[in-house]
Amino acid sequence: MPEIKVTPLGAGQDVGRSCILVSIGGKNIMLDCGMHMGFNDDRRFPDFSYITQNGRLTEFLDCVIISHFHLDHCGALPFMSEMVGYDGPIYMTHPTKAICPILLEDFRKITVDKKGETNFFTSQMIKDCMKKVVPLNLHQTVQVDDELEIKAYYAGHVLGAAMVHIKVGSESVVYTGDYNMTPDRHLGAAWIDKCRPDMLISESTYATTIRDSKRCRERDFLKKVHESIERGGKVLIPVFALGRAQELCILLETFWERMNLKAPIYFSTGLTEKANHYYKLFITWTNQKIRKTFVQRNMFEFKHIKPFDRSYADNPGPMVVFATPGMLHAGQSLQIFKKWAGNEKNMVIMPGYCVQGTIGHKILNGQRKLEMEGRATLDVKLQVEYMSFSAHADAKGIMQLIRMAEPRNMLLVHGEAAKMEFLKGKIEQEFSIDCYMPANGETTTVTTNPSVPVDISLNLLKREMALGGPLPDPKKPRAMHGTLIMKENSLKLVSSEQALKELGLNEHQLRFTCRVQLQDPHSDNDTLHRIYTHLKSVLKGYTIQHLPDGTVMVESIVIKVSSSAEDANTKVLLLSWIYESVYRSLRVWQPPTLDIFLR
Amino acid sequence: QMVHVNKAVRIPHEEAPAKKLRLSKPSKSAALHIDLCKATNSTDALQYLLQFARKPVETESVEGVVRILLEHYYKETDNSVRLKIASLLGLLSKTQGFSPDCIVDDAISALNNEKSHQVLAQLLDTLLVIGTQLPESPAVRQRLIEVACKHLSDMYFGVRNKCLQLLGCLGMVDSPLTKDSEGLGTSLGLSVRDVQSIISDYFGDQDPRVRTAALKAMLQLHERGMKIHEIIYEQACRLLTDDYEQVRSAAVQMVWVLSQLYPESIVPIPSSNEEIRLVDDVFGKISHMVSDGSWMVRVQAAKTLGSMLQVSPHFLEQTLDKKLMSDLRRKRTAHERAKDLFASGEFSSGRKWADDAPKEKLDSNTVNLIASGACGAFVHGLEDEMFEVRIAAVEALCKLARSSASFAEKCLDFLVDMFNDEIEEVRLESIHVLREISTHITLREDQLDTVLAVLEDSSRDIREALHELICYTNVSTKECIQLALLELLKNLNKYPTDRNSVWKCLKFLGSRHPTLVLPLVPELLSTHPYFDTPEPDMDDPAYIAVLVLVFNAAKSCPTMPALFSDHTFRHYAYLRDSLSHLVPPLRLPGSGLDVVDSRCGSGSVESAQLFLQQSLIRVSTIQNLEAPGAQDLLDFTIRDLRRLGELQTELAGAADFCATYLRCQLLLMKALQEKLWNMAVPLCLKQNVTATAAAQQILEETYKLEFLYSGLDSRQVATIHHVRLQAKALQLILTARTRQGLDPLISSCEKFLQDIESFQRLFLTELPHLQDSFVDKLLELMPRLSSCKPVELVKILQTTLRQSGLLQLRLPEQVIHRATATIIEPTGESDNPLRFTSGLVVALDIDATLEHVQDPQNTVKVQVLYPDGQSHVIHPKPADFRKPGPDRHRLITQVYLSHTAWTEPSQIEVRLLLAYSSSSTSLSSSSSSSKLGWSDSIDSLPPPEAAVEGTIPFSKSVKVFIMPKPARR
Repeated sequence: MPEIKVTPLGAGQDVGRSCILVSIGGKNIMLDCGMHMGFNDDRRFPDFSYITQNGRLTEFLDCVIISHFHLDHCGALPFMSEMVGYDGPIYMTHPTKAICPILLEDFRKITVDKKGETNFFTSQMIKDCMKKVVPLNLHQTVQVDDELEIKAYYAGHVLGAAMVHIKVGSESVVYTGDYNMTPDRHLGAAWIDKCRPDMLISESTYATTIRDSKRCRERDFLKKVHESIERGGKVLIPVFALGRAQELCILLETFWERMNLKAPIYFSTGLTEKANHYYKLFITWTNQKIRKTFVQRNMFEFKHIKPFDRSYADNPGPMVVFATPGMLHAGQSLQIFKKWAGNEKNMVIMPGYCVQGTIGHKILNGQRKLEMEGRATLDVKLQVEYMSFSAHADAKGIMQLIRMAEPRNMLLVHGEAAKMEFLKGKIEQEFSIDCYMPANGETTTVTTNPSVPVDISLNLLKREMALGGPLPDPKKPRAMHGTLIMKENSLKLVSSEQALKELGLNEHQLRFTCRVQLQDPHSDNDTLHRIYTHLKSVLKGYTIQHLPDGTVMVESIVIKVSSSAEDANTKVLLLSWIYESVYRSLRVWQPPTLDIFLR
Repeated sequence: QMVHVNKAVRIPHEEAPAKKLRLSKPSKSAALHIDLCKATNSTDALQYLLQFARKPVETESVEGVVRILLEHYYKETDNSVRLKIASLLGLLSKTQGFSPDCIVDDAISALNNEKSHQVLAQLLDTLLVIGTQLPESPAVRQRLIEVACKHLSDMYFGVRNKCLQLLGCLGMVDSPLTKDSEGLGTSLGLSVRDVQSIISDYFGDQDPRVRTAALKAMLQLHERGMKIHEIIYEQACRLLTDDYEQVRSAAVQMVWVLSQLYPESIVPIPSSNEEIRLVDDVFGKISHMVSDGSWMVRVQAAKTLGSMLQVSPHFLEQTLDKKLMSDLRRKRTAHERAKDLFASGEFSSGRKWADDAPKEKLDSNTVNLIASGACGAFVHGLEDEMFEVRIAAVEALCKLARSSASFAEKCLDFLVDMFNDEIEEVRLESIHVLREISTHITLREDQLDTVLAVLEDSSRDIREALHELICYTNVSTKECIQLALLELLKNLNKYPTDRNSVWKCLKFLGSRHPTLVLPLVPELLSTHPYFDTPEPDMDDPAYIAVLVLVFNAAKSCPTMPALFSDHTFRHYAYLRDSLSHLVPPLRLPGSGLDVVDSRCGSGSVESAQLFLQQSLIRVSTIQNLEAPGAQDLLDFTIRDLRRLGELQTELAGAADFCATYLRCQLLLMKALQEKLWNMAVPLCLKQNVTATAAAQQILEETYKLEFLYSGLDSRQVATIHHVRLQAKALQLILTARTRQGLDPLISSCEKFLQDIESFQRLFLTELPHLQDSFVDKLLELMPRLSSCKPVELVKILQTTLRQSGLLQLRLPEQVIHRATATIIEPTGESDNPLRFTSGLVVALDIDATLEHVQDPQNTVKVQVLYPDGQSHVIHPKPADFRKPGPDRHRLITQVYLSHTAWTEPSQIEVRLLLAYSSSSTSLSSSSSSSKLGWSDSIDSLPPPEAAVEGTIPFSKSVKVFIMPKPARR
């Protein structure tokens, strides 16, 4: 039986460093090639030596597919392609292809220029790597080679995020990457058609969470900002450069527009500006509202949001500032925070999770006195708010995707083991399909039951249809006669005559004969005549002929009479019929008539 | 065979005016025949047919054309031509007045010999048309159904589709199908089966299009009043999970129909022993479809949910239920948290980090991830990515909430959330919905806070919708009132143009919550027990707003005026006069300020109604238009009615209507009493100016009566037309007296006779009520009238008119409303001229409210009058009309002005017009607008008879200063 093998090199019972190897129909595919944020050593990248101990990966992989531009999904790509060595095609969507190198370059700068690491990929390597990328469009079926085809579906999450349907012959796998089943202010919801893959590989970050409606959170967020602005306070929103930042910008921008507010909104410059440019370009990847209104105004051309300058932080009056990084551990956001922390009119809103040890984490836990470097302490008087804006599917969303795609097997990655365990149980219970959750380096194998396509000649089909009454009933299988020809990797069902012709064979007729002895004093001809008259009276509705050459034909069955050599009274009855007649007519009448006759 | 080659024949013109001219054209069939014979190949033939199809065919030649087509059909070998012919046959069968039963046989025999599947499908379609044209012929139906059954097994999906459609449209409602056609029944191996079971066989067809057609056919049967059997329920449910969206969509409709037919029947829940009501089961299943993969299906499902009012409350409330969890711990929704916070007295939502921290640990076995049943359907629907789905969900919520108070309470939070949607349409819709259900609910303070936050929205529509909502809102505490007032004043400050709307809003807020306003009064009016406070500025809109709130609350709270200070009473008197629609009459105690308003003193609506009736009866005593004293009586009655209309707003429409009607009568009476009638004809060439003017004025008034007032029934319309007829008679008589030429008189006589005829046709049912009236007498004399000479006719008219009595006006059951329009913007107060360069255009913003106008998109126009007498009529775009409430429209539009240069700024006038067309009377519209069955051209349609197009100005005109300057060189 054919098998599909899945081995996670990263993201197996873990978040980060997504990298999954899939073998399907003799093809090897790498899904995502990410890095792990939590490590600074070799564990940062997937262990490519699993594939081969030495040498390049090109001959072992048929293609690499990147689902979206987050570094935990593409961070190891230049390392893999340029330093380990891979020259095959890398597939990603257009927006991912555009934004990915910006993030990789930023990542490289931080690691090499700031932390001073060596033996890291260079800018040139990023460029070389991007040259190997083949862009994908949504719902476009791309033929990687003669047998392997891939198709991208919209996944929400971030701009350009895609799910991929990988198909070899009739076997298929769907890989979701990260996805979001609820729409947000700038992106739509993930969608896939009922493609019934053999396996669905899904992320499961929020496997044990069912989230509240997005609207409440949005409303809360806006209300908090609005109230603070009305009080004359300043609002700081630490964000990561891409993804949520754009969502919050749109949210505030539209709110400002709706409510006619005048207070300035700033966005710290740099990386984001470049990325915003791409957000403006890839309008088709955004949600309904932005797509429909961009003719009048591109929502990403912000009217109220202006680039931030260091000096603005000291300006009097209310303002809102988006600043990087998101956890207040360094950089601009921290600087602004220090300036504003002393005033209780001000506010900081943390839109996401903060790692332990960061200032973000401390203030969220209610710490009001912070120790800064140089023994200085900082009194935190400003209000601290927490808002969770996250773009992963929750448990319900995952279940909804399974319902949409109807897979035969399920495999969970990109989540914590304990949480996966719960979801696994639920999936097996609700859908009664097998669900797997391999750890890194562990291989999951599922056998598939591929259907074998057979070409059938139209004539044969038509002939069968004419024979068998009305339309074929999908509920009842029907037997038909034909010849299966296997020729050059293809199967063909044709009528037997055509098969003979094609194979250059002669037709052989198979005749069955049968001798019946009976006592009859009449002459041969009379006996034959008696049989003829008898059959005539018994078999109404059949064509029975008495032929001049001394035979009786009942349909295609031939009956002959001859006297036995020893005894003239013993007549030998010769019955002969061709093979097909056995099924057609003979069975109907043979036993009863002969019985009667012989009695 | 039936080729008529008629030459154009002109019947010679004769003296007899009553005869009609008739032009007969060369028959269409002949032309077609010639064309088709000319065609050498199929492409040509197709071209001829296509050309032919562009022009309509007269009823009398349809049969001929059909024969030609059929004849050609049998000869034709090309499929596409046969297909076109088949489709033409169908279109021709729709021709009015043509009975297609004669071609049934031909079409069926064509069908039996047809090989091409496409043509077969088209022929079946034609048969469908024929069948629907012959609803009274069961024999034809039976035959068509047999044909359909026979071809159901065709291999081509289109044929099967059409067969199913045919069965759906024509299938017998009661009789089992193959009872009396045993030949067919046995040959197909069918036992006696009814249409439904045959159709339901195709629910499992291999082609999704056929499955859809089968479901649609079943729905068609249902629409035709056939009771769908419950047995198909299971099959229909299975189709809900079909791979194809159109099948799922139709299946949603199908199960919905079943749920409406058998709501109470019991169905088992699979894989358990429990049973539930069918309507609940369907509700659960359709709820499930709200998270379908296709948004069309989601829209359909969400819409359908709204119409399932019989569902058990338990299931209904599940739709809003979504159990939250975080790391397998139960989490409360923001809504629940807000509610608890409110209950505990602390009003702040989620200020603390982790106040949404997960609570108790959940048993992983009890967490249900796949919502079985209705769970959270609306939660999903309201969060959907397509706004169409969200709107459908909001609408459905509205319908369900209106029928269940407890559900209304529950869905409140969700609706309030929708106020924040990214698409304005959705926001607007949810505000409207909240208004509609607000009778059921009382807003909590935190909810009100969220609602009021939207008051700052920059969209005027949103704000006004919200004001409308606040008018209907119930609140529970005085803090809420204070909050609302505060936010409304803020709104007023930010958007001063909202003045009227905000005041109105406070009027309702006050009159709804008098007891809540009472404790706030000292603070609101800033009075002090010992000290006099400065008198507030009477022109301050904010102060007026506060006063409106207070006075309206005081209406039902007699203790409140004791808290007023002196100036408050003065301000009351002022506002009561200047803003009488916002300030109610108050019974104020002592100090000579006891302004018990004369307006409310005159009694209730009932007495006013009685008065109206009595006035009408009194007037009806006038026997003859020339009776002495009649004029005075009419004069006084008109005056009374006009006053009554001003006093009693509920009866304003009716009173006004009656007064206008009586005025018509008065004018007629006066015209008839002119001296001129006693003079010899040659002497009164000039003197009849007044009478002519009167006739003209009566005509105008009748159009106003007919089109300006809504709520009339055919009796009133008949009365109005009757007056119009009288006016026309008067005009005719006057024409006869002035003009000497006979020809114009003949034609106007003829026209008048036509008018009588059309009156008779239109108001056939009303004629019994018109006994002894002018028209009644005329109709008696009709045979004589149509044959006599014009001069004689005029004489008869004159005597009849003078003898006819006054037709009594009877008021309709429903309330009569007069269409009114008020231009809010421009106000006409500005002294700053609007300057622009001459020759270019300037946009003038127009904002007006229209009340009781039907179909304003088509009838309301804006007229601009320039000082030089030029006038322009502008048709506003349909999108410029909004509907803030029942019978109310708002027109917000821009009109573009332009003119050549002026030396001084000057005023132009802007007013609204109501356009009408006499052919579009409410009664005659249905008969005249019958569509020409086939082909979209209407070039040969006769113009609607004697349609009078006109406009009625129905708003006060507003003057605007403009100044077109010469362009600088």
